[in-house]
Parts: sequence; C-alpha cells; structure tokens
Amino acid sequence: MLIFTVKRLSLMILTMLIVSLLLFVLLELQPGNVATKVLGPYSSEEQRTLWLEANGYLEPVWTRYLSWLSGILTGDFGDSIRFKVPVADVLWPRLWNTAILGFWTFAILVPLSLTLGVLAGMREGSALDRAISITSIITTSVPEFASAVFLSAIFVFALGVLPGTSGMTDGFDPLQLFLPVMVLILYDVGYVTRMTRASMAEVMTTPYIRTAVLKGLPFSRVVFRHALRNALIAPFTVIMLQVNWLLSGVIVVEFFFAYKGFGGLILEASLNQDIYLIEACTMVAVFVAVSTQTLADIGYTYLNPRIRLA
Amino acid sequence: MSAPAKPSALFYNATTRLLMRVLRSLAVLRESKIAIAGCTLVVFWIAVALLAPLIAPFPPNAQIQPFAVPLAAAPDGGIFLLGTDQLGRDILSRVMWGARTVLFFAPLATASAYIVGIVMGLAAGYFGGWADDVLSRVSDIILSFPVLVLYILIIVTIGASGINIIIAVTFASAPGVMRIVRSLVLDLRTRNYVAAAQTRGESPWYIMLVEILPNARGPLIVDSCLRIGYVIITIGVLGFLGLGLPPPDPDWGGMINESRALALAFPHMTIIPCIAISSLVLGFNLLADGIREVSLHD
Repeated sequence: MLIFTVKRLSLMILTMLIVSLLLFVLLELQPGNVATKVLGPYSSEEQRTLWLEANGYLEPVWTRYLSWLSGILTGDFGDSIRFKVPVADVLWPRLWNTAILGFWTFAILVPLSLTLGVLAGMREGSALDRAISITSIITTSVPEFASAVFLSAIFVFALGVLPGTSGMTDGFDPLQLFLPVMVLILYDVGYVTRMTRASMAEVMTTPYIRTAVLKGLPFSRVVFRHALRNALIAPFTVIMLQVNWLLSGVIVVEFFFAYKGFGGLILEASLNQDIYLIEACTMVAVFVAVSTQTLADIGYTYLNPRIRLA
Repeated sequence: MSAPAKPSALFYNATTRLLMRVLRSLAVLRESKIAIAGCTLVVFWIAVALLAPLIAPFPPNAQIQPFAVPLAAAPDGGIFLLGTDQLGRDILSRVMWGARTVLFFAPLATASAYIVGIVMGLAAGYFGGWADDVLSRVSDIILSFPVLVLYILIIVTIGASGINIIIAVTFASAPGVMRIVRSLVLDLRTRNYVAAAQTRGESPWYIMLVEILPNARGPLIVDSCLRIGYVIITIGVLGFLGLGLPPPDPDWGGMINESRALALAFPHMTIIPCIAISSLVLGFNLLADGIREVSLHD
C-alpha cells in the first residue's frame, strides 16, 4: 500500500513536470513571441530586444526553463499582461470563488446522484429504474450552455425569482450561486447516477446478496448492510474524477453567468494571449486534475480490501 | 466453363451484401424502444441536414428583417416560422443549415479521432512492452488536462477553423479511444484465432486489423455514438465561447453566443438552437444506450 502510494505520487510529479515542459515549449520557446505578447504588437524591435535582455530571455533554453519552473513552484508566476498586476493576485481569489461554486455543486451532486443510483440499481428493470435511467440520459444530453439558457428562461425570464448573472458586483450574494450550481449539477448528475446504478446492479446479482435475501433478511437491511458497502467503491472513483469535468464545466458556466471565477479567468487569459496567466492557470488546472486522480487511485485501493490486502 | 464475373459485378455484390448486413443489424434495434427513439432523432437531423437547401424557407445568411418573433409575416409574403435573429436572418433556415455544419464536422472529427486512437490502441495492446508504455503515458498526460482547457489552449494556439477543430478533437479524444481499444486487444489477443493467424505467419498489422479489430467492434460502436454526441457538444461549446467556426455561416453554438445578450427581450433566438443541439445529442445518447441494451440480450 505504501509502495503503491509512493509510486502513484511520483507518477503525479512526473506528469506535472512533463506538462510544465510542454507548456513552456508551446508558449515560451521563442522569446520573440513572448516579447511581442508582453509589449504588444506595435512595440519596436529595439524595445523587444531590451525587454528580452532585461528579463533573462537571452539565456540558454534550459536555464530559462529551470528558472521559470522554480518561479512556478514558489508561486511567482510573473505579471498578468491584461490585469497589470502579479498573476498570483488575480489567480488565488478567482480560484477561491470557483472553490465555493465547486463545494456547493459537490455538496448537492454527491448525495443526490448516489441516492438516485442506488434506488435505480437495487431493483434493476423496475419502473423506477427505467424512469431514473432515461431521465439521466436526457440531462446528460443537454450541454451546460443549453441548460443555462433553459434554466435562465424559466427562473429569470418567466418566473423572475433568480438573478440572471452572477457577477457578485454588490458583494457576495448566495442567490446568484443558484443557477451556476444548478447547471453544473444537471449536466453531471446523470453520469454519476448511471455509474452508481451500474455498480449497485452488479452487486445485487452477487451470490452473497442472494443468500442474504434467501435467508429472509428484510430488503432494506440487505441493501444498507450488505450491498451498499461494496456498491459505493466504484462511484467513489467516478466522483473524484468529476473534479476534472467540473474544471471544464466551470469555464462555460462562469462565462455564461459572468461569475468571477477560475474558469472565466482561464478563458479570458487565453483569448487575450495573457501568456503568464495562461501558464499559471493551466498548471493549477492540471495540478487539481492530476491530484484528484491520484487521490482517487489511492482511495480506491484503500477502500477495496481485495486490492489493499493482496 | 463459366466466364469469370466482371469486377463491377463483384463490387456490386460486395456492396449489396454489406448494405444488407447493416440493414439487418439496424432491424435488430427494433427490440429497444430507446434505440428507436434515438434513431428517429438522429435520422430526423440527418434528413434536415441533407435537405437543407431544398426545405429551408430562406437563404441562411440573408438579412431580411431583424427581431421578428416566431410566426411573423415576412416582407415577401412568407412566414418566419421561428422568427429572425438580431441581423434579420431567418432562424429556422439557420438551424437547418447549422445541422449541416455540425453533422459534417462532428462525424469527421470523431472518425479522425477513432483512426488515430484505434491505431494507437492496437499497437499498445498487441505489441505491449515499450510501445505500450510510451503510448499509455502520452495518453495519460493528455487525459490529465481538463478537456475544455486543452481545447481552448489548442484553438487559441492554432486558430479557429474547421480543420483546426478536427485536429483539436482528434488530439483530445484519441487517447480515450486508445484506452478502450487497448483493453479490448489485451483480451482478444489471447484467443485461438489470433494464435492461428500468428502460426500462419500473418504480419502483425494484418492480425490487428483483420483478426482483432472486427471482434472488438461491439463496445466501439456504443462508444462512438456517445463520443459523437460529446463532440457535438464540444463544437457547440467552442462556438458558444467564440472559438468555433468563423461567422457568418450558421453554427448552433455560435448562434447561441451571438444572440445571448438579447435573450432577455427575444429568448426564442437563443432557445431554439439550444433545443436543436440538445435533441441531436440526446438522439446519439439514446442510440448508444439502445445498442448496448440490444447487445446485452444476445
């Protein structure tokens, strides 16, 4: 178990290193491009050369990569071109806003989809199972931007009960979180439900469940005491991997609702060619994604005694 | 002695046989109501896309009369069944032509991702060893990106155009296909017919493509339906974020993006393309579910 954990962690570090190298090659290999992006397209050749010299861009590539990497590791990402402040000053508050969004999404998504999945999977083929399965196909088929439009049409235009944007311009307003969180949940709940259902349905066909039913245990006891423990191992991994999906989802949702979060920031950075901000955002996004994958792997191994004790 | 069959006749026979097989497997789908519903939606949109030049009431980019509500009368005596957008273009015609765009690029991009993913997966699963290590590691790294971050990075770097969307989809989706193919090959390569082909001295790629791949088709067909739906969403998202196909040609995601600011006053402009894209994706997802259901019965 310990060896597995160490192996998995070192793999994660290796992945991060390769991603950082790729990013560096993609964005910074040619110093001329960097100078143009930082100083703008109308800067003179002389200005660019001076800037390159002053910022150490004329050093050999490897020295530059290493100093860039150490900057990222110490949280020094350089200055944002668009916001004219250090990247860290925009990045962390935005990330915190997205964490709030993510927290509420997961706080509702997890219990909801697990309950629906278990209800559907415990009696495979029942009317309830059919209804839940078809509903989850439908919700998964509606892209986030479309469900954002539909929900806005209902709650903002028709009923007028929720605000249509979530800019939080007059301080934090919990009402403005409703629609973004609903959109994120709606898109994801179907997938997690189906995975839980599949896992539950599989467990329900195992001999030990049949034994429990045949020896006359009440059905609720069979489900809660016998089936759930095994049926919830697989969904654990699925839920952890949803963090990666969520990072994509927040880009659309934050753009749609003008929410000042990480997803909106990464889009804004890319559209404005804000090179240091793109680098920082991508590294953070990949770090979050890779570390949740690693946690999912380690957690799965820990939860499953057949692997843990093998 | 009978004369040898003409090549054209041979070709004709092979085509008819293939067509019959496809039709027969489609007939099996009757067993599943879900598959029928999915098939209906997909066929409907394919028909709309093919017939768009004939059935669209107006040219898709013609600016006729802005801000017409659904069912308003057009100046030339026709009717704007679904209204017009902020530039006066008929929404129904744009949705119809937009179906063409999405049903051209989505299958093409998916097919391209499949070709790359299948070749990678076959090689990784069949050869194993360092080929597997390298290919799996590369896939892991690509898949560790949040997928939309990857799309945005690629599109911002190489620019937004049809061909670049296909490149981006291939790059981002091929690793997922590769993983599925690889796991299927790991199972199939231990079968007797593969050993027989190896004993006959067939080349590795012949074995992979002719012996192994056809037997892996079941899960791949289901996955391709799901993936095509996802690619449609991706193209829509890119259009919605302003990174899709360049205007003015109709593209559902772009239509939503352009009319979004006016949604408060004219919600129909935004809602109609949203319904179009959702129903097409739903069609593919239902189809995938139905095929899986039918294949489990056998």
